[in-house]
Amino acid sequence: MADMTLEATPSRAMPARSMERSAPHTRIEPSKGWISLGLKDLWHYRELLFFLAWRDIKVRYQQTALGAAWAVIQPLFTMLVFTLFFGRLAKVPSDGIPYPLFSYTALLPWQLFAYALTESSNSIVANERLITKIYFPRLVVPLASILAGLVDFAISFALVIGMMTWYGVRPTWAVLTLPFFVIFTMATALGVGLWLSALNVQYRDVRHTLSFIVQFWLIASPVAYSSTLVPARWRPFYGLNPMAGVIEGFRWALLGKAQAPGMMLCVSVMVVAFVLVGGLYYFRRMEKTFADLV
Amino acid sequence: MTDVAIRCEALAKRYRIGEREAYRTLRDVITKAFSSSLRRLHSGARHSSNRSERVDFWALKDVSFEIKRGDVLGIIGRNGAGKSTLLKILSRITEPTRGSADIWGRVGSLLEVGTGFHPELTGRDNISLNGAILGMRKAEIARKFDEIVAFAELEKFIDTPVKRYSTGMHMRLAFSVAAHLEPEILLVDEVLAVGDASFQKKCLGKMGQVSREGRTIVFVSHNMAAVKALCRKAILMKDGAVAASGSVAEVADDYLLGTASGASAKEWRDPATAPGNQNLRISYVRIIPPEGEATITIDTGALIEIGFDNLRPDINLDCTTYLSNSDGVLIFESGHIISSDGDSRHGSYHLTGRIPAHLLNAGRYSLSVLFGNDQRYVLFCIDDIVSFEVENTSTGRGANMGVAPGIVRPILSWQHSFEEKCSLVNPR
Repeated sequence: MADMTLEATPSRAMPARSMERSAPHTRIEPSKGWISLGLKDLWHYRELLFFLAWRDIKVRYQQTALGAAWAVIQPLFTMLVFTLFFGRLAKVPSDGIPYPLFSYTALLPWQLFAYALTESSNSIVANERLITKIYFPRLVVPLASILAGLVDFAISFALVIGMMTWYGVRPTWAVLTLPFFVIFTMATALGVGLWLSALNVQYRDVRHTLSFIVQFWLIASPVAYSSTLVPARWRPFYGLNPMAGVIEGFRWALLGKAQAPGMMLCVSVMVVAFVLVGGLYYFRRMEKTFADLV
Repeated sequence: MTDVAIRCEALAKRYRIGEREAYRTLRDVITKAFSSSLRRLHSGARHSSNRSERVDFWALKDVSFEIKRGDVLGIIGRNGAGKSTLLKILSRITEPTRGSADIWGRVGSLLEVGTGFHPELTGRDNISLNGAILGMRKAEIARKFDEIVAFAELEKFIDTPVKRYSTGMHMRLAFSVAAHLEPEILLVDEVLAVGDASFQKKCLGKMGQVSREGRTIVFVSHNMAAVKALCRKAILMKDGAVAASGSVAEVADDYLLGTASGASAKEWRDPATAPGNQNLRISYVRIIPPEGEATITIDTGALIEIGFDNLRPDINLDCTTYLSNSDGVLIFESGHIISSDGDSRHGSYHLTGRIPAHLLNAGRYSLSVLFGNDQRYVLFCIDDIVSFEVENTSTGRGANMGVAPGIVRPILSWQHSFEEKCSLVNPR
């Protein structure tokens, strides 16, 4: 598909004729071998990306009674249940941070991740009409569904500021690294989402497996507990679950108290880079069959 | 690269039949892999069963053509002739299996109107969204917004969610956005088949205007009348290949001649070649003049005779015929219920029907036949199996020997009477 990107032909033959000058040339032929990611094409369609994200956001709150409050309700209630059972009853250690704050800071990236993963994995199938009727870089679809999750994230983030004030936790300079962790969360979701969305086109099992994957992943991530439960020796391996790196990174960046995730995060970054790049190429490779299979 | 807008060279597209049907699940793949490897162990890896299940179907076979800048080209052909596949390749929705196409100019494609419309969003939001999906820039949408709303005649409802729109309003809005696309090359599928007649005309007018501005349009349809109204040149597609190309009039003639290979009666003796499937086999379809007539004319009507071997006993069998004129317009549907108590029998059935006199106008018609079960399930259907000519007669209108306009040619038994006194105007 490398040759299918839009590129303007230089006006070598007839400079005089005005129609010739700007006519872009597109070549359509079967793609073979390694394909480029088509990032230039993607940039060309950036407006569509934002329109689709905007549509997802708007539609989501169109007919809900509570509207944007849903973005807070979910992590808030999960936090309350976690606090009661893990914090109070099971007395799970929380690295000296008040347990509600401890779990809520983890739930923030977790909710973003869970939403982005679910939506992006289903995105290609859900946008079947678009895929079979209109050309645009298919990468726009999972990307847009992930972007839409940022609104929920921003709303639920407001609550954490309130909680930090309530518990008198002052952010340190580490808070400046927060945008990195937000992007890293989305990159993780995108990396996995790309694989799953492309697989979902061929195998509809993916849709059914998804809720299980999310649930399983939640338990495997240090949301309700701290990664310090894992012996220090094994912690870098815990980083193989990128959400472990993300969540501990969030706690560190926001609350400043826990120690920087260091080695674990490095492992996570490498895992995500691997999954994401692989996912991008896999997605691009499968993309040409979407319209025929979806 | 002087004045060519689109050039296709040996475009071919293969579909694997079965791929589109049942969604494959991981379980299927795993069990299949498992069972076939087991089978291989048993039978010594003679053949792979996966291969034989897939049937290749070439939707396009080496299609080559060239479209000059500013041309309005119609692509006509029967359903399944490959028109839509070609359009999908040109609009880059799907990839060709072989061959290539070069396009010079910005392409806008309209395979469907209202793609991406979301029922929960308002008309206003949907215009922006649909515009963006069709490739308009944000600034462009903003500039044309009022024009789009006015064209759709939806000023009052623009802030109402689209789900509260009537079908007509929905179509108007969708068309209106599409009609304001301004690409250098516009690819249009038979979207004009829907919507109310006056609005269709308005859209055709708008598209005609677009073509006069020097843009290239490729218009796909099986509606000959629409193609004739809009295009100067045409390509006729048949079974995935270009069967004819040239001026729209020439191609239209080919299209008519090619329809059902012209025969008004067909018979089959060999069950292997007779049209049909495991449910039934057609033995003959004939359209003949009624008893005592030599030809089919407006005054005679015609008889339809269908014979087939039924292979499905104990079902509710029915047969429906569809008559279309040479523009591809469906004239009527008429059916017959053969059995309604689940008592169809294995054997040969013979059906006759009568097309009344003074119904069809002169012209060429083709008949499609569909066999059904319970009037819901299709057992077998075949498009344009036979075609026939209705000859013109001068029905009592003096020396008028030309074909009267209109699709039907009824006799309305006109009467008249006369009185000396005017009923409205007073005598002076």
